[in-house]
This record gives sequence, C-alpha cells and structure tokens, in this order.
Amino acid sequence: MNPDWAWMRLLVPEGIVVVTALAALTCDLIITRRRLAWNRGQAAGLLSCLGCVAAIWWLAWRPGPGNPAMLALTPLTQFLKCLLLVLVGFTAIISMRAKFTRHVGEYFALLLLATVGMMLLISSNNLLMIFLALELLSLPLYILTAFNKSSIASAEGALKYFLFGSVAAAFTLFGISLVYGLTGEIDLDSIATHLRAQPAKPAFYAALIMILAGLSFKLAAAPFHFWAPDAYEGAPAPVAAFIASASKVAALFVLAKVLLIGFINQAGSAASGAYAPGWAPLLATLAVVSIGLGNLAALVQNNFKRLLAYSAIAHAGYGLLALLANPEQGLPALLFYIGAYGCAVLGAFAVVTVLEESGSRARLVDLAGLSRRSPLLAFCLLVFVLSLAGIPPLPGFFGKFYVFTATAGGLRPLGGLWLVVVAIIGSVVSLYYYLQALKQVYAAPPLPDCGQLAWSWSARLAISALCAIVIALGCAPNLLLSKICAAIQTSTL
Amino acid sequence: MIAWTIYISLAGAAGLLFVPAAKPCLARRTALLVALAGLVFAIVGVTMIPAGQLTDIVNAPWVPQLGIRFHLAADGISLVLVLLTGIAAVAGVLFSWNIEERANEFFALYFALIGGVYGVFLSFDLFLLFVFYELAIIPKYFLIVIWGSTRREYGAMKLALYSFGGSALVLIGLIAAYVVAGAKTFDLVELARHPFSPGFQTGAFLLVFVGFAVLAGLWPFHTWAPTGHVAAPTGASMLLAGVVMKLGAYGALRVAMTLFPAGLRAWRTEIAFLAVIGIVYGALAALAQRDFKFVIGYSSVSHMGFVLLGLATLRQIGLSGAVLQMFSHGVIAGLLFAVVGRMIYDRVHLRDLERLRPFQLNKALPFAAATFLLAGAASMGLPGFSGFIAELQVLLGAWQSFPTLTILAGAGIVVGAAYTLRALDKAFYAPDTAGPAERPALPPISLPERLGALTLLTATLAVGLFPNILLNLIQPALASPLMRPVWEGGAM
Repeated sequence: MNPDWAWMRLLVPEGIVVVTALAALTCDLIITRRRLAWNRGQAAGLLSCLGCVAAIWWLAWRPGPGNPAMLALTPLTQFLKCLLLVLVGFTAIISMRAKFTRHVGEYFALLLLATVGMMLLISSNNLLMIFLALELLSLPLYILTAFNKSSIASAEGALKYFLFGSVAAAFTLFGISLVYGLTGEIDLDSIATHLRAQPAKPAFYAALIMILAGLSFKLAAAPFHFWAPDAYEGAPAPVAAFIASASKVAALFVLAKVLLIGFINQAGSAASGAYAPGWAPLLATLAVVSIGLGNLAALVQNNFKRLLAYSAIAHAGYGLLALLANPEQGLPALLFYIGAYGCAVLGAFAVVTVLEESGSRARLVDLAGLSRRSPLLAFCLLVFVLSLAGIPPLPGFFGKFYVFTATAGGLRPLGGLWLVVVAIIGSVVSLYYYLQALKQVYAAPPLPDCGQLAWSWSARLAISALCAIVIALGCAPNLLLSKICAAIQTSTL
Repeated sequence: MIAWTIYISLAGAAGLLFVPAAKPCLARRTALLVALAGLVFAIVGVTMIPAGQLTDIVNAPWVPQLGIRFHLAADGISLVLVLLTGIAAVAGVLFSWNIEERANEFFALYFALIGGVYGVFLSFDLFLLFVFYELAIIPKYFLIVIWGSTRREYGAMKLALYSFGGSALVLIGLIAAYVVAGAKTFDLVELARHPFSPGFQTGAFLLVFVGFAVLAGLWPFHTWAPTGHVAAPTGASMLLAGVVMKLGAYGALRVAMTLFPAGLRAWRTEIAFLAVIGIVYGALAALAQRDFKFVIGYSSVSHMGFVLLGLATLRQIGLSGAVLQMFSHGVIAGLLFAVVGRMIYDRVHLRDLERLRPFQLNKALPFAAATFLLAGAASMGLPGFSGFIAELQVLLGAWQSFPTLTILAGAGIVVGAAYTLRALDKAFYAPDTAGPAERPALPPISLPERLGALTLLTATLAVGLFPNILLNLIQPALASPLMRPVWEGGAM
C-alpha cells in the first residue's frame, strides 16, 4: 500500500463528514429544492445523521491509531470523536423540522463542517493545527447562530459571539506566536520537552494567559462568558444545543490537551497551603468564578435558554476542576462529566426546540403546564434538568461526584477540598433555579391558549433516546466509564 | 428478601406513571397494594434476619473504578426503621385516599420517596446510601409544590434547599473521608475500620453529623420542618415527619457516629445542648401556635430533639432509646398529621384552633377526637404507648452524662403535655356555645381513614405494651462489632 494512502486512511472519518456536508448541500440545491421546507429538512437531516453513523462505524470498527503530521490518533481521540458524532447526530435529528430557515442545505452543511473542525481539534497535537481547527469550528458557529434571519436577537447574539470570538482568536494566536518565539516549537510534545529543559520566562506566562483566555472563551468560562447568554438566547434552539454540548466537549478536551501535554511542567499548584505559580491557580480562579457567577446569575433568569446558558457557564467551571486533579483520576472524571453533561444539555435544548416549533417562546412561563400538554416531553425534561442539577441516580450526579473526588484527592491529600467546597455550594444554589423551571413544568397550569403539544416523530425519537441514554448512564455509569478508562489506558493523551 | 422493599417501591413508582390519570381509583388501589407488599417484605425481613449481626443482602460491584459497590445489608437498627417505613407507607396511602387530581403522579412520587427511604436504611455503601438519600429529596419537593396547601412554593423550596444543603455537607465529609482513607472503597464497614486521625474526625464528624441532622430537625436548622410539614399534603407530611426526619437521624447514627467515633466524643456536649434547645424550643413554639398543623410541626422538632439527645449520650440505653424514639415518633407524628390534615382540614378547610371551636369536633367527628386523644397521650409520653419507653430510655442515658440538660429536657416533656392538652381542648372539647343546629354537617370518617388510624394506633400500643418486640432488635444490633465502638467507653 502506498504510504500517502495510509496517511489518508486515518482521516477517513473526517472525510466522511465533509462528503456528507457537501452531499447535503448539493442534494438540497439540486434534488429537493422544489419540495416543502420540512421535507427538505428531513432529507438533509437524515443524510447528516447517516454521515455521522458512517463516521462512527469507521471509528469504532476500523481503528487506525497513528500519528500523521500534526495529528495524534489514539483510541482516546477516536472515542471522543464517536461521542461528538453521537451528539451531532442527535442535533441533526432535532433540526429536521426546523422552521427558522429555508436554507436547509446550508444549515446542515455548516453544522457538519463545524463538526469536522471539532474532530480535527480533538486529534490535533500542534498549536497551529489547533488554531486552524478552532477557526474551522468557530466560523460556521457564528453563521449558524445568525441563521434565524427573521429574529433580531439571533443577529445580535451572533454579532456578539463573532466579535468576542475574533478577539479571543487573536489572543490565542498571539499566545501561540509567543510560545513559538520562546521555544521555537509548535508541536505540543516538543514544547513540553523544551520547557522541561529550561525554566519558563515571564513572557511565557503572558503567552499562557493568552492561550488560556482564548480557549476559555470557547468554553464560556467566566470571565470570558459575555457572549454566551445572548448567543444561546438568540440562536435557534438546535444551534444553541450544538454550541452548548458538542462544541463545549471539544473545547474542554483541547484545553486539557494543551495544558496536560504542552505545559505540563508549568502547572504550579492551587492546593491550599501549597500554592505555586503556573496554570493551575489560573484555572482554579476561572473555575471558581465560573461556578459562582454562572450559578448566581442563573437564579434571576426568566428565559429558559438564558438559564441554561448561565448553567452552562457553571458547568464549564465544574469541568475545569477536573483538570486540576491528578490526570489519572482527573481525565476519566472529566470525560465522563462532559459526556453526561453533553447528553443532558442537548436534551434540554431539544425540548426547547420542540417548544419553539410549536410556536411558543422559551421563557420560563412558556414551560408552564408542560406535564399536561405532553407528559412524555415533560418527563424527559425532568430527567435532563435533574441530571444537570446533579441529582442521583442520574449521570450528572456521578460525573460531579467523580470530578469532586478526583479534585479533592488529586492535588495533594485534601489540598483541593476548598475547590470542592465551592463547587458543592454552587450545586446547592443551582438546585433553586432548576427546580424553578421544573415547578413551571409540573405545578403551574398551562397558559390559556395552549392545548396539547404536537411534536414530530423525529423529535420524539431523538428526545426519548437521549432520555434513555441519560437514565442508563446514571444507573450504570460503568457503561461509559469502562470504555473511557480502556481508551485512556491504551493511549497517551 | 428485604431488598424487595426497595425494588417493589421503585417499580411501583414507575408503574404508577402508566396508570391513566382519569382513573384515580386504580392508582389508589395499586398504591395500596405496593405499600402492603412493601410492608409484608419488611415484616418477613424482620423475622428472617438476625438482629445482632450485619447480614449482607446484595454486595456487587457497581462502579469498580471508584470502588463503589451495590451493597445492601441489614442489622437490627435498619430492620426497625424499615418496619417503620412499611407501616408509615401503608398508613400514608390510606390517608391519601381522597387525592383525586393527578392521583397517579402523586403516588408515583410517593413511592419514589418511599423507595429512597427504604434504600437509605439498607445501604452499607456510602455512595449508594447518598444516592438513595438524595433520591428522596426531589419527590418531596414535587409532592408539596403540586398538592400542598399553605405557602406551598415557599415551604417546598425551603425544604428542598435545606435538605440539599445538608446533603452537600455530608458529601464534602464523605469525599474527604474517602480521599484520606485512600482505600478506594465507600464500604461503611471497611471505612469504619480505618483509623482516621482524631483531628480529622473532629472536622469530618461535624460536617457529616450536622449535614444529616438538618433533616432530623436539629435546632437551629429545624426551620424547614414546620413550614414544610404545614405546606405538604397529608400523606406527604406523614411521610415527612414519619420517616424522612428519621433519615437524618439514621444517617447521623449510621454514618457520622460509626465512622468518626472520636469526633462524636469531641462534640457530644454541644450536640446534646442543641438537642435540648430543640426539645424545649419546639415545645414552647408549639404552645404558641394558632395553626393546628404548626402545633404538630413544632412538636416534631421537639420529639426529634430526644432522638438527637439520645445519640449524644454515648450509652447503650440512650442510643437504644434514640432508635426506639425514631420508630415511636414516626408512628405518632404520622397519626397526628393524619388527624389534623386529613380528618379535620379536608373536611372543614380550617386549621386555626380558635375557629375550629364552633364545629364541636368531638361531637361532629368522634372518631377523630378519640384518635387524637390517644395519639396525644402517646405523644405526651404516657405509659402504655411507645413514646414512654423511648423517652424514658433517652432520659436515663442522658441523666448519667448531662444531668442539668436532662432536667431541662424533662421540662420539655411537661410543656409537651401542655401544648397537646391545649390543642386537644381548643380543637375538640371547647364548650358548646352554638346550638347543634348551627353546626355544619361534616362528611363522616371514611373506612380508609379508620383503617389507617387503627394501623398506626396498633403499632404504637403494641410497642408501648411489648417494647421487647423492637428492643430485641435494637439492643443486639448496638452490641454488634460495628456499633459497639460508637458508645463503648464513652461514659464520662
């Protein structure tokens, strides 16, 4: 077999997704153009979904670990891509009946292109590649956020997202160039080797802060979160679902990668009584601010999408905690946590999608009486929201528990306990707003002009399946955790 | 066998969701069946499992990466509380017979709560115990916010946040213990063998004990209890006072005291002090209430103070009294709430003691009056009822450790008699100022109510007259190798 082809083979999953994106675009332009919008949506959505399934199939059954230039393909990255593709597949299904646009082909093509960006982001091992992948991910997301052309909020959210995003990208790029200037390397492993040999200069810390700021923006960790509430509120609900779930999963993982491979020797320590400068204290600050601000700001929201946005900020904070732990414990904890979080938040936004399609808005009062308008939908929302709140036996609880245990024990015995205390207090606060939303669903009477909720078979399928996944993961965390641990054991990060 | 109490309750909860909302009657019958099945399993378990040793029921790995196991086991203390849960569940269903609106959802949440409670009493893996403990919080919130009455949204949220806040303290303590022990296990028995340093025990004990005691109504964290009880529908307040408060006391005994015995010794005086404040304060507050349900709500705080006092005595007799008091208060509080919430409030829609006067309840509802008379007598601690032997044991244990506090607690009993008699007098036996003609006609006491009241009365009388039924379970369990270090050598 000729070596170039072997190299290409490793990128087949990404290739499948690109081809699907183009196919969705072409198919919509040529074949289904004349049909009704929702027919076209179903066709393109099914196609996207099939593309994801094909890519997952390839990833799962044709594992090809290897290290083509600038990328690292390990069982871990392949596993994470599978997780992402599952989330994207569900996003595609809930977008099928989208009424917010007539440009169906473009919508799905952009969704899939952003997915390619995420897949590359996960496997890239090189600062330049990471930056390119980030841009490939971000640009489609800006457009998707603005996709509801009839809504001013959508345009406003997208503009904020874009402006903040481009500044953040500039910061990241500047940070990367500084790192390159200081070490002469852009490959993460080489940077680590270089930094191990000689002590870090002050300029290096400037670079570290810039890169951290850029990636925190993607994560929507406070204080780089300002775009998130407006973008989540303005964006069409499936897009918000995508930003909150898949893009956050990818961003957290790449942050873990940059810090734990490239800058592993500059970690410092945020343990109580053993402070040392490095990225760990910075990360601890980001986590504490995100958890505090996200949870407190969510208390006063009256729009469910904004509430989820602030809760997503808090969740980014919980995720960051896992990076502060010893990687042996912290990494599986992080992966389980973001997996559980991704499914739950995607489900919650999927419910919002159904509500928006039925013509109502996404204020908290629009949730009123949902349990009588559609008991199944209400039950699914209950499961998703309680999982986000971290109520056992749902996976959100186990994820948080695992992260907390890892953080408390990871730094040095009980050194991280102060972070855990902050996070647990944040969790208690969060119960208030999650219960406020659920109170509307179960206790409040429906608004006067609302009858039974009609929702499509595709949404029914996707939401019930997500709900089943969430419940199964909660009752048997081992289903996911054993796979994560196996993937981690057989790969270097 | 006894683990089926959990499974059948949770399966019942899931099954009840599928009962059509238009058939409340079917939902009720299913619920009664599930509750009775739970009680039968509990009784069979009590007869089959030896009280003196910890008997494993299930012990399988759950999340091996963290050393979490699905470990259910039972000893005499668990058995007593499982039995209480079984009785309270049956009585609660009988007193919720008049729920018409969304009955299927009501009973589904009810059994989710009951399943969680059974689970806590039978779990010997701390993670599993915590899962069941939190599982019980959320159904409480919905039971109150959907079917509750006075200020239900406030009461429900307060209760949920207090419970969740308490469990957060517990969680911090448990994670710290797990990390410090470094043994990759959450098994209670194994962790109890780990020699935690006295300094660590002092801190961790405080977190875990207070965290659990919030739910047991420890003063000054008790304020959720009266508002929550008042806001809840009758069935839920019976469970709340009857079994949910016991979760807190059980957790404090089983987790905090078993894992950190040295911590208990460091804080016992403070705990006893707070417990006695709870006894006296609860009783005085109950004496000042106009709302009948608040009287019972505060009396719960007062009676739970005896449980906490018993736990702090560090003597076998005091601990035995505490466990017996958990059972006794569970039954009696359930009965009192049933009379006030179901028999009276659901008929006259009033709870203000002054305004109940014209109804002449002793004549209009003689069964309710008689039930309240007996329940009140039991609550006051008259000999022959379960409360007497329980509080006597607690006071005997406390007398040896804290004589001054014991006298104050005794004064609390006197105030307890006063508020019970005051409520009895005002609500039922007020002088007849209006003629019989002006008295509004009330629906008669229904059969389910009679059965429910009889169940609870039988339980309190049986234990009062033959305390050995339960003491034979409690005493050997306290003498077992797991529980012995908790109280042994604790005498001052």
